[in-house]
Amino acid sequence: MTAKTLYEKIWDNHVVYEQPGKPSLLYIDRHLIHEGTSPQAFSGLRAEGRKVRRPDLTFAVMDHSVPTKDRTLPIIDQDAKAQFDALEKNCKESGVRLFDMNSKNQGIVHIIGPELGITQPGQTIVCGDSHTSTHGAFGTLAFGIGTSEVEHVLATQCLVQGESKTLRILVHGKRPRGVTAKDIILAIIGKIGIGGGTGHVAEYGGQAIRELSMDGRMTVCNMTIEGGARAGMVAPDETTFAYLEGRPFVPRGKEFQEAVERWELLTTDDGAKFDMTVELQAENIAPQVTWGTNPGMVTGVTDRVPDPGSFQNPDDQKATERALHYMGLKAGTPIVDIPVDRVFIGSCTNSRLDDLRAAAHLVAGKHVAKNIKQALIVPGSRGIKAAAEKEGLDKIFSEAGFEWRDAGCSMCIGMNADVLPPHERSASTSNRNFEGRQGRDSRTHLVSPVMAAAAAIAGHFVDVREFDVTHVE
Amino acid sequence: MKPFITHTGLVLPFDRVNVDTDQMVPKQFLKALTREGFGRILFYDWRYLAGEKPNPEFILNFPEYKGASILLTRANFGCGSSREHAPWALQQYGFKAIIAPSFADIFFNNCFKNGLLPIVLTELEVDHLFNEATAHAPMKLTVDLPAQSVTAGSRSFHFDIDATRKTNLVNGWDEIGLTLRHADEIKAYQEERKKTEPWIFQ
Repeated sequence: MTAKTLYEKIWDNHVVYEQPGKPSLLYIDRHLIHEGTSPQAFSGLRAEGRKVRRPDLTFAVMDHSVPTKDRTLPIIDQDAKAQFDALEKNCKESGVRLFDMNSKNQGIVHIIGPELGITQPGQTIVCGDSHTSTHGAFGTLAFGIGTSEVEHVLATQCLVQGESKTLRILVHGKRPRGVTAKDIILAIIGKIGIGGGTGHVAEYGGQAIRELSMDGRMTVCNMTIEGGARAGMVAPDETTFAYLEGRPFVPRGKEFQEAVERWELLTTDDGAKFDMTVELQAENIAPQVTWGTNPGMVTGVTDRVPDPGSFQNPDDQKATERALHYMGLKAGTPIVDIPVDRVFIGSCTNSRLDDLRAAAHLVAGKHVAKNIKQALIVPGSRGIKAAAEKEGLDKIFSEAGFEWRDAGCSMCIGMNADVLPPHERSASTSNRNFEGRQGRDSRTHLVSPVMAAAAAIAGHFVDVREFDVTHVE
Repeated sequence: MKPFITHTGLVLPFDRVNVDTDQMVPKQFLKALTREGFGRILFYDWRYLAGEKPNPEFILNFPEYKGASILLTRANFGCGSSREHAPWALQQYGFKAIIAPSFADIFFNNCFKNGLLPIVLTELEVDHLFNEATAHAPMKLTVDLPAQSVTAGSRSFHFDIDATRKTNLVNGWDEIGLTLRHADEIKAYQEERKKTEPWIFQ
């Protein structure tokens, strides 16, 4: 029998129909939808007189446009309200389970899937959102799709797919103190570039990945798409099974044991071939800060803003020049000399309990610097919010001068009121620093939660290793 | 979906790498409930100054490229967000085909669902077309999907395309309709799977 990669095993288990030389029809186990990219898909179904084929395998949540302040107040943004109403109506008519903004289980789609145990190893998961790659942390094949494909999955529970190439990413060694999962993935993207993984599905391995908690693995898989690979995965292990046991949608008792026995087979066989391999040494990774307008424009916190002339490729030179102009930065500036206006700790990348605990530990007993106009903590889900409050993290943050908000995508995408104003600079734990991402003409620097917390206290970027980071997961 | 067979049109040479979909359709336009009305807002933040005044420095506003229907651009076009609003906007603006050395995966797929043809040529071929399109603006190109060729004047370039995608596009076929022809196979698959992994369907 030929040795297979994890990706190939999951693929083979989901082929409904195939013909040589043609894309296959692939079964989708979990379809996650939200208010942003689903209304046109439901309209399309209606126009053709089609029905949702498996409402029981479809899960809906409101996240992109939800307010993170008091939800008992009426929604002021009428366009957002129309999205919420449309999702509610579509779910009601089709029988799809919806976690609306007042549900205790509401949260960012990629946070609540794992948290509720909807996400399980070996599944195929799709969602009309590129950060669907997050779920790959459980050894699932999970990737983002467009609205037409959302419509296709709603109607058929399948997708027409060609096989991807495979990319092995190994992070050897032990993660140094103060270096988080976010720094690992930023360093990987810095190495391969934002188009480096295009056409591939990535599988992560190596000691530094194995030693990550599920929260950390989700951070890594989440940003896989920023390196161009549509999906990233980590083979499930004891850490995965321990995380899943007892969650609402996970089988229980004898069935859980049977499931685990099957999940244990979800590994890449010895001798299986990958189309490409990338290797990093964890000891060489420093806390990362992006300086430009895509996640590949990143460097260690002890470095300086690069000179466009230091790049060999003319396209990179032009892009760097443009990025520095947009970011209002001068080449050669030490990263730690860059002042920050606002801090955002949240998003599907970094808003889980581990992230909040680490940030809270760092800011406990300290206060946000005077030049910081706003410091936001937006838990990824209401479940995380409740758990954090039980541990008193909300109080630590509030006393340190942070705002403690309700769950949603918030300032990562700025579709609600949480927008970064023009020319202001953020230290953000989100995933994209594209031009205008957090607000028109706004300037985003991507960092880990502890780096964001440290920047809030210092008022500028700072090497988090100067703080007490024994608590950093 | 409208079929795509051949198209001859004006080329807009957009010399930028890694153009992400956030630029094509910024977040404030993602609250629409329909697929219409995106042509006007394509590349909004780059295209318009305050008060929606056209930015004269942005290439879409150059008079010589008015009516362009073929977008020539650089590597990794369409990276970032999966928003299909991006191909909707490009198409509703008037683009029928996009030529680049590479495209981001999700964007590339989304184009095909809307009858917008993304064409991958080599870096060298794209360089050549950029030189021509800038030196001889406005330049016209002919894209022939059945022949898989891009022709500029006397030079013609071949491009590869997945055969199934090509057939669907040339015929303007509805992919959902095609998949539903396999309804029996889908049902049989579900029954089989239920035996080995019942928890998936609970």
